[in-house]
Amino acid sequence: MSTRAPQDPPRPEVAPVPTEEPAAVAEVRVRPAPVPRARPAITGGALPPRAAEGLTLGAAILAVAAIALTDVSPVAIVLCALALALGSVYAWSRIVEGPRRAKDRAVTIAVTSAFLFAVAPLVSVLYTVADRGLARFDGEFFTESARNVVGEGGGAYHAIVGTLVITLCAAIISVPIGILAAIYLQEYGRGPLKRWLTFFVDVMTGIPSIVAGLFAFALFALFLGPGVRLGIMGAVALSVLMIPIVVRSTEEMLKVVPDSLREASYALGVPKWRTILKVVLPTALAGIVTGVMVAIARVMGETAPLIITTGTFSSTNWNPFDGRMENLPVFSFNQYKNPGVLRDAYFDRAWAAALTLIAIVMLLNLAARLLPRRFGTETRR
Amino acid sequence: MTMHETYTAPATLAAPETGKAVEIIGLNLFYGAFHAVKDVTMRIPANRVTAFIGSSGCGKSTVLRSINRMHELVPGAHVQGEVLVGGEDIYAPDVDPVAVRRQVGMVFQQPNPFPTMSIYDNVVAGVRLNGRRMRREALDEIVERSLRGAHLWDEVKDRLDRPGAGLSGGQQQRLCIARAIAVEPEVLLMDEPASALDPISTLAIEDLVRELRRDYTIVIVTHNMQQASRASDYTAFFNLEATGRPGHLVEFDTTEKIFSNPTKQETEDYVSGRFG
Repeated sequence: MSTRAPQDPPRPEVAPVPTEEPAAVAEVRVRPAPVPRARPAITGGALPPRAAEGLTLGAAILAVAAIALTDVSPVAIVLCALALALGSVYAWSRIVEGPRRAKDRAVTIAVTSAFLFAVAPLVSVLYTVADRGLARFDGEFFTESARNVVGEGGGAYHAIVGTLVITLCAAIISVPIGILAAIYLQEYGRGPLKRWLTFFVDVMTGIPSIVAGLFAFALFALFLGPGVRLGIMGAVALSVLMIPIVVRSTEEMLKVVPDSLREASYALGVPKWRTILKVVLPTALAGIVTGVMVAIARVMGETAPLIITTGTFSSTNWNPFDGRMENLPVFSFNQYKNPGVLRDAYFDRAWAAALTLIAIVMLLNLAARLLPRRFGTETRR
Repeated sequence: MTMHETYTAPATLAAPETGKAVEIIGLNLFYGAFHAVKDVTMRIPANRVTAFIGSSGCGKSTVLRSINRMHELVPGAHVQGEVLVGGEDIYAPDVDPVAVRRQVGMVFQQPNPFPTMSIYDNVVAGVRLNGRRMRREALDEIVERSLRGAHLWDEVKDRLDRPGAGLSGGQQQRLCIARAIAVEPEVLLMDEPASALDPISTLAIEDLVRELRRDYTIVIVTHNMQQASRASDYTAFFNLEATGRPGHLVEFDTTEKIFSNPTKQETEDYVSGRFG
């Protein structure tokens, strides 16, 4: 693993071989005196096994102790501990193993701690939601609505129904439009129209969700007058957010289908539309399904557009075309924003709703990972 | 037509020409503004194997792809001149390219079985994808006949429901040939069909090609001189004067003549390995 020690002389330059000289001249050339070449050692010093991990763990224990015993800011302590681990490992490794290995060890620690810093908030959120949400994560929560509930009890059945109905409607609207648009862009689109459409799809992925909500609200206000709130309005708002994601992911998946398959199909005398339907789409199906699942999971947690478009409602409503419709994000928001006399009962329901939403999204993501194995195209060994 | 030098290969072989010959008359091929192939005129006889040889970029694959109108799938590609399959100009304005491709099949350099389909489905893909409804027995018959025709039947008859992509490279290529002949074309184009295969599979494909000429007119592009001399009856040598200039047909004759006593010095240099 170790390289040349730092004090070794550099490897001598090899003289270029004269290729254009005649052979006779090359023969009389005096060979340069051999320079003693320092061969890079393939053996060298090494830290004891797990030494770097031990030092880092020691620094972490010191940090925990310091946070528990002193009033110094925990952020400062964690940064100091990190610097301590990095510095000690680097110094020790440089003395024993040389500079290259020392840098390697230091960067390993830096990258690993960056990963931990990135994951920490996620773990913290999951833990907090699970911890507080489990209090009301019970049978009543999944079977009862919040109708006439002013204190304890009640549930989010109506909100779960609403979330599922609204998301399903959004998917029914977005998936065909998204997939067809992607087919146009990838298989048919040419020239400026394709460039403009691609540009607008990119712009649409960046639309703030509240704007999508206002768009749906304004659209329905044109036809049904102001102040109308329907489940389908929420679905339209979510579609605005979902279509660009579906277009983008489907387009990427269609790009991956090799042109040789399209050509093979054309060479059999198959028309283009049938080639797309029977060869290109089935080959890309696994990826398209994954993309759709991710898009659904992404819009399911949207709150702002649904507050505007679906309103809030304490009873179960299965019909997206008739009246207000509660859903999990809005339910959670309202339980927290407008608690009644028994404040804790409202807060518990809010956390349980958040936990339910996370659970549904996680299940969808899990399905998105497992489904391709079912639909999966047999890859070459 | 008279302004072009016409190459007509002499009929040397005894077997009758029952299938459709391919006549190429004053063919010029373009990719956008780039003139890829210039003034090709030749008559590819029916029920024979014709090899296209020449250095990379000389346009032999382009000419091959113009015979079933695959050339125009590249954006900006266009064609001048005539290509007659069985006496019909496939570039006439009222011709449907999809219909042309049902008559003129193609096998590609890389084996490309459809990855979502089983061996069985791959063979009948051309029939099924064209929307023809057929009884199961009729399909079974097509599968067996095509796989036997491609010398693959004995190796796969017990696992027809397995994915086509699970076969070895040589088997996949024979599967692609079976798929191409399942739609019963008149002409079979092969674009370096053995260049991605090992020597054993290559020989299997060459034997197959020699046998298939009984039923099909075969045009094969190859970089392998031995393959051209072993497997083909006629050989067309393409070359280009310089990089960036269009490729052209240098010489077209019986394979024996091209490899033993070519008319042009250029051909002699190429087939003897002095350049290219």
